[in-house]
Amino acid sequence: MAVYKTHAAAADEFLKDEERTHWHDDTLWHVRTKRDTAAQKLPEWEVLRENASQIKEYVLSHLDELLVQFEKNATANGIEVLWAKNAQEHNEHVYRIFQENKVKNLVKSKSILTEECGLNHFLEEKGYDVVDTDLGERIIQFNDQVPSHIVMPAIHLKKKEIGDIFHKHLGTDAGADDPQYLTEAARIHLREKFIQANAAITGVNFGIAETGGFVVCTNEGNADMGTHLADVHIACMGIEKLIPRAADLGVYLRLLARSATGQSITNYTSHFHRPSAGKKMYLILVDNGRTEQLGREDFRNSLKCIRCGACMNTCPIYRRSSGFSYGSTVPGPIGSILSPGIDLKKHSTLPFASTLCGSCSDVCPVKINIHEQLYKWRQVITKEGDAQPAKKWSMKLAGKVLGSPAWYNFMGKSARTALKITPASLIYTKLNAWGKKRDLPEVPKESFKEWYKKNRK
Amino acid sequence: MSSKEQILAAVKKNKPDATGLPEHLSYPKEEINQLIEHFQQASLLNGGKTIVIKRLEEISSYLQVHFDKKLQIVSLIPELKGSLDITTILDPHDLEAVELAVLKGTWAVAENAAIWMPEENLAHRALPFIAQHLAVVIESRHLVRDMHAVYEKIKVDDPGYGVFIAGPSKTADIEQSLVIGAHGPRSMTVFLLSE
Ligand code: SF4
Repeated sequence: MAVYKTHAAAADEFLKDEERTHWHDDTLWHVRTKRDTAAQKLPEWEVLRENASQIKEYVLSHLDELLVQFEKNATANGIEVLWAKNAQEHNEHVYRIFQENKVKNLVKSKSILTEECGLNHFLEEKGYDVVDTDLGERIIQFNDQVPSHIVMPAIHLKKKEIGDIFHKHLGTDAGADDPQYLTEAARIHLREKFIQANAAITGVNFGIAETGGFVVCTNEGNADMGTHLADVHIACMGIEKLIPRAADLGVYLRLLARSATGQSITNYTSHFHRPSAGKKMYLILVDNGRTEQLGREDFRNSLKCIRCGACMNTCPIYRRSSGFSYGSTVPGPIGSILSPGIDLKKHSTLPFASTLCGSCSDVCPVKINIHEQLYKWRQVITKEGDAQPAKKWSMKLAGKVLGSPAWYNFMGKSARTALKITPASLIYTKLNAWGKKRDLPEVPKESFKEWYKKNRK
Repeated sequence: MSSKEQILAAVKKNKPDATGLPEHLSYPKEEINQLIEHFQQASLLNGGKTIVIKRLEEISSYLQVHFDKKLQIVSLIPELKGSLDITTILDPHDLEAVELAVLKGTWAVAENAAIWMPEENLAHRALPFIAQHLAVVIESRHLVRDMHAVYEKIKVDDPGYGVFIAGPSKTADIEQSLVIGAHGPRSMTVFLLSE
């Protein structure tokens, strides 16, 4: 039987470097505050969230019809649509397209789905040199790592380390760590790759059923540099990425970048509907466990996710344990409710990597009840008898409390008070798996819910 | 059963009870001065720069000061002459040396400075990305408040490709430090034509 690391054990590695832990924590908290500022500028923020959530609710409850409509319209637009039940089938589609079009050089822009499918590894085994073109992804690719965050893939690395990586792979000056200088080096290196590429792979942020097109958002412009220069464009899309109407984009684009980084929009929002003359456009629709998740009443809401990363930036556990500790493609709170659906055994400790403070649910732009789902996974996992002994203890308590919303709110409040006054010796008891190596995350004086209630008037 | 049939069958079996679609959101129009002010603020935050002009001729004098005429300048604004005739370019790879592209925007969004550029405004889809610098001309009467309003104006599938450009190519992937000029334009200048 495979032995899987618990989240707390995996986090140990990261926590050894205390300075880095603090730095990581501060950096992400800063991004979270930028999100708050952006959200507070819009009086209609809560209306947007509600709207975005309702549209996705509609999508999930009409997904079969919307998929058929999307395929029909996309095909009429000249896009070749392919279906993949799982990662393997997805990867094979890509490989077949490469062979048919005699693709030698490829560039790729950010796609969490291809990460989930292990596409890079698959193509490398077939002899392709996969070139990730998002700067953060290129950095970690050089460093033989996977993204530690879905929006900021190299957030775990310091500029000095990136300087060393670039010195090794791009021949930049030893010791040079100026971000401007390093970015320029990557620009020169990647321009050459863009010019040589005959195929470009992108992810999809939104697929539009009504028009049969899709939208890709970047700040760097790398998806566009790739697709407009190459002859073949392959877009990889999870089936839940659909929206019914083009005008729904208004809601999601207002929420996405603000939630992710506090920007009002990404600098490029590209709408693809038809290939240029003489070029080819493919779109792969991927299930890979999504239809199964759709059937889990308690967890299907997780499919509303638009991958903004806000729940990671706000999570006290994520901020202090980094993305790698989750051991899943999507880390953080949303990863902890998606991953157990894919492999319950492997990811059985993830739903426990949470204080259930509810901050993730509060920032989520599509109003996924993340912390409630974390709790529900705990129940499932406990039934399966896979919970860690130490966690079992606190979970039993949680079981009582979370049974009713009133109890939950009360306990949230007293937990916050308790953390403030609990002496370190208590926190550091073995019963608290994360207390082992760290102070507890700073305790907010009031939960976002309380704050919001007070400030809403 | 094909993969498509299997996926659709699984969705049909597992999907929740049908819910309805909410109405599209829309918000009251803003005064033109307010729109211009919001656009300028947003553009600045995105790393761009807005110059309000009264006549198109002002653009050429600005460009003369800021760009080297000996370098390749592409202009798709009829009133403005560039140094490279875009009709001579058939393969977008040959745009690699373009220093500046001056293009026309169709609609602009005040809340985030995003400008809608359908492909007929671009000559080549790659042009606004491969150029070292980008300038976009937009008329103030084509400013709208927010993203809801702009999607009422445009038909996204009219062009085979269309893009909202809100600023220069940028990244913050190294320790969250903002660097302008990741792969594409190192600057974006918006000329806002306001009579
Ligand atoms: S769950 Fe919500 S907050 Fe987290 S990444 Fe998805 S959309 Fe963003």
